[in-house]
Amino acid sequence: MNARGPFQDKQSIRVEALSLSRGQRILFENLSFAAASGDYVEVLGSNGSGKTSLLRAMAGLLRPSGGEIAIEGADEPSLALHYVAHANGLKRETSVREHLHYWAGLFGGSPSEDFVAQMLDLARVMALPVRVLSQGQARRLALARLVVAPRPIWLLDEPGAALDDAGKAVLNELIAAHRANGGIVVAAVHEPLGPSPSQTIRVSR
Amino acid sequence: MNALVATFRRELAMLWAGGGALTPLGYFFGATMLVPLAMGPDRALLETAGPPLVWIAAALSVLAMLERLFQADLEDGSLDQMLLSPAPLEGLVLAKGAALWVAIGLPLALAGAPVAIALQAPVERIPLIVASLALGTAAFVSVGLIGAALTASVKRGGVLLALIVLPLFAPPIIFGASVASGEDVSAAFAILGGCALGGLALGPIAAAAALRLQAE
Repeated sequence: MNARGPFQDKQSIRVEALSLSRGQRILFENLSFAAASGDYVEVLGSNGSGKTSLLRAMAGLLRPSGGEIAIEGADEPSLALHYVAHANGLKRETSVREHLHYWAGLFGGSPSEDFVAQMLDLARVMALPVRVLSQGQARRLALARLVVAPRPIWLLDEPGAALDDAGKAVLNELIAAHRANGGIVVAAVHEPLGPSPSQTIRVSR
Repeated sequence: MNALVATFRRELAMLWAGGGALTPLGYFFGATMLVPLAMGPDRALLETAGPPLVWIAAALSVLAMLERLFQADLEDGSLDQMLLSPAPLEGLVLAKGAALWVAIGLPLALAGAPVAIALQAPVERIPLIVASLALGTAAFVSVGLIGAALTASVKRGGVLLALIVLPLFAPPIIFGASVASGEDVSAAFAILGGCALGGLALGPIAAAAALRLQAE
C-alpha cells in the first residue's frame, strides 16, 4: 500500500520467533510476522490462546520468554504506540472532558474535544463522570486516546467490544484513516472487524 | 513535564472528589481525642503521652490512604497507560505521591495544631509540631509509595501493606515525636528532613520498579 501522511511510510514492527508464557504455561512459540506502514493485521485465536499477551508484549508491558519484537523507523520509541486494552483505563468519578485533558498531558497531544465529541458521539456526555456512561460509550472514550495523541502504531484488543453498529463504523473509519496516514493497526479480534486485513495471524500452540 | 502536571492535577481532583482529607482527618481527630478520654485529664500524663500519640495517629491516617493508591490503577487499566506515557513512570509516581501529600499530608499537619493543644502541648511549640508533621507526612507518603506499589495486586493487601510500611515509618515517628516533646529539636528536625528527602529520592524509583513487575 502506498501510504502518505504524517507517519511517512517508514514505520514497521517486526515480531521474530516470539515465545510467550504466562506462569508456567507456554502460550505459543516461534511466532513471526512483520507489519509495515498502512498495514492492518488481525490477530485471531481461541480464548486463552495468547492474543492479549501478544499485544501486551508488543506494547512492551510483558517480557517475552524468547524471540524479539522490534519497532523500526520511530523517531522516539516512547511515542511509537497506543495500546487499547480490555480494561478501558478510565476513572469512574472523572468526567469525559477531564479524561481527554489528562491524556493530552500524559501522552503529549491536544484534547481535541470537538473532534471527539462529534466523531465518537460523546458530545452529550462530555461533562459527565464515566460512572454514568454505558459500556459502549466508555469504549468510545477509550478509543478517543487514539485521536488525542497521534501514534503510528495502534495495538487494539477487541476494539469493537461493547460498540454498537454506529460505533463499529466509526472505529472502521478511524482505522482506515490511520492506514491512509501511514499508520499500522494490529487488532486482536474474535470476529473480523470489517476492513479486509493485510494479513491474519493465528495464535495457537 | 506536562504529564507530571496532568497526573498531579487529576490525582488531586480525584482525591478531592473522594472526600478529600475528610476520612483521614476524621480518623486522626477521632483517635487522638479518645486519648484524654481513656487516660483521664491528668495533665502531666498527657504532656508525656500526647506527642507520640499525635505521630502514631498521623502515621496510621496516611497508611489508611495508601492501599488503593496503585491498586485502582492496576485494576482499571490506567497503569498500562501510565507505562505507555513518554514520561518516566518514576515521575508519574512522584506526581501521585505529591498529590496525596497535598490532599492528605498537609491537612493532617495543620490538624496537628488543635490536637497538640488538646493534648496539653505548650502553645509556643505548636508551629514546630505543625512543621515537623508536614515533613513527617512527606516521609510517610514517599516510603508508603513503595509498599502501595508492592501490594497493588494483592486483594485486601492492607495488612501486608502495613507489615511492609510500618517498620519504614519508625524513623520519622521516633524523631518526629522527639520534636513534638521538645527534646533535641534541631537535631531531630534535621534527621526528620533527611527521612523525607531520602524517601523522596528512593520511594518513586522503588515503587516504579515494583509497578513494572505488577503490570506483567
